[in-house]
Amino acid sequence: MTYFHSVILDRDKCHGCTNCISHCPTEAIRVKNGKAKIIKERCIDCGECIKVCQAHAKKAAADSFDMLNQFDYNIALPAPSFYGQFRNDLSVNKILTAFIKIGFDDVFEVARGAEYISAATRRLLMEGNLKKPVISSACPAVLRLIRERFPNLLPNILPLVSPMEAAAMLARKQAHEKTGIPDERIGVFFITPCPAKVTSIKVPLTLEKSNVSGAIAAKDAFGRIRPIVETVEEQPLGVSGREGISWARSGGECKGTGVEDYMAVDGIHNVITVLEEIEYGKVNTVEFIELSACTSGCSGGALNITNPFLAARRTTQQSKKTELKEPENLNVDSLAWQKTVTGKPTAMLDDDLEEAMRKMEQMDEIFERLPKIDCGSCGAPTCKALAEDIVRGFGSETDCIFRMRERIGELARELYEMKKRNGKE
Amino acid sequence: MRKHYTISGEDFSAAGEASSDFKAVLKKLGIDPTVIRRISIAMYEAEINTIIHGGGGECDAEISGKSICVTFRDNGPGIPDVNLAMQEGWSTAGEHIRELGFGAGMGLPNMKKYTDDMTIDTAPGQGTTITLIINL
Repeated sequence: MTYFHSVILDRDKCHGCTNCISHCPTEAIRVKNGKAKIIKERCIDCGECIKVCQAHAKKAAADSFDMLNQFDYNIALPAPSFYGQFRNDLSVNKILTAFIKIGFDDVFEVARGAEYISAATRRLLMEGNLKKPVISSACPAVLRLIRERFPNLLPNILPLVSPMEAAAMLARKQAHEKTGIPDERIGVFFITPCPAKVTSIKVPLTLEKSNVSGAIAAKDAFGRIRPIVETVEEQPLGVSGREGISWARSGGECKGTGVEDYMAVDGIHNVITVLEEIEYGKVNTVEFIELSACTSGCSGGALNITNPFLAARRTTQQSKKTELKEPENLNVDSLAWQKTVTGKPTAMLDDDLEEAMRKMEQMDEIFERLPKIDCGSCGAPTCKALAEDIVRGFGSETDCIFRMRERIGELARELYEMKKRNGKE
Repeated sequence: MRKHYTISGEDFSAAGEASSDFKAVLKKLGIDPTVIRRISIAMYEAEINTIIHGGGGECDAEISGKSICVTFRDNGPGIPDVNLAMQEGWSTAGEHIRELGFGAGMGLPNMKKYTDDMTIDTAPGQGTTITLIINL
């Protein structure tokens, strides 16, 4: 099976430190021979490792501006969190107009797509056929996490596409009606705050094919826009309202659901603890749960520039300046998933239960011999993870420096005994 | 295979650690996710009861090709009226326990609801042993 991942490693820059392995929420990274290695089956492209890597060796494989040359008509789709990258008295229209100046033919706000998703969510929640608590499907890293670690909760996920896909559909339709250019000649580029979105475009879980042609990292777009955005003569391109722009931060989606009892959780490690609670059935009465892998929601994405909290505050200020704008001609069916997401558990030790139990017992025995201090020197995030790696055939007990020291001590004693015996002979 | 856990009494910060560890074990063994969900809920309830009412105790979990069997044993006061304790909403938990969000009276009923077999061996002054079984 082949896996696409947008999170990649620049081997030359990697120092082989243990920052990334200890922060990875799915224990998907090991340091082997002084370099980090991503376990493809486990990575959910959340971007935590990009955020913590001091050597900047972890990157996202986003697309470049050159890709615009492949199409006759290009539309930029800035995420609402992009607005928060600039000072807060800068108008959304200035930011949107700047996209035209840097070479796009048109711009369509993902915030507008978000308003369609909010309206569709309200409709579905009102119809009452969803399993509670309803879990948001907007964060692609969370979607992948649930698929791998909490397959039980897949029936709780809101079966609607992301605001990005909704925006791409609307943008394509609008561009085709306006220009007559065939769909395949229209390029739609998401200005992405995170690597998980890049993956969701290249290998969508809920659609046969993404409506988005490429993903440009927010920081790359920022680099081109920043020098001109202050002086650009703004055009009235903004069509989204406060509900859509609010999606930039954690809690924004919840507000648009129209339900009273909701919860917004941000930060991937917090998300995991809450998913555990949901599995225990402890939040069954909550109607809607928004889960964002990044702290502060999409404003905290690994490909953004600005501090997540400052950025979230800025979008809050920007959203206050706009009205509520209801979507026109809402078609909920067009926003529904085209395929169901099935579980893909990655934790299994073996397909055969007997064999898995044997490995589990072996793992426990090895773990007992390890120092249990989770220092990471072996290249695995925890002593338990090393024990598992050994059983899976990816490591050895002497990868542990403490076990290695013991082993050297034993060998030294054996050699000494041997020498003593030989001396007597 | 077996797993053994010691559950310390009145330590709410550690509440759920045994259930959580066992859940991770079951995921590694590739057990059906719906079974994992059922046993996790039942086990969590039993673990909390062991802390609240039993003052701590021991937990033994055994997995065979046919079933998962989890036993919780405590040396607490025992349950005087099991039928009453099995009623939804019935709880003897004190105010300070309820303030922590526990003691809703759903512990034993949930254990029964989510397992294939549940037995309670208890008598006043003799502690409580609860056995939870889910068939695979």
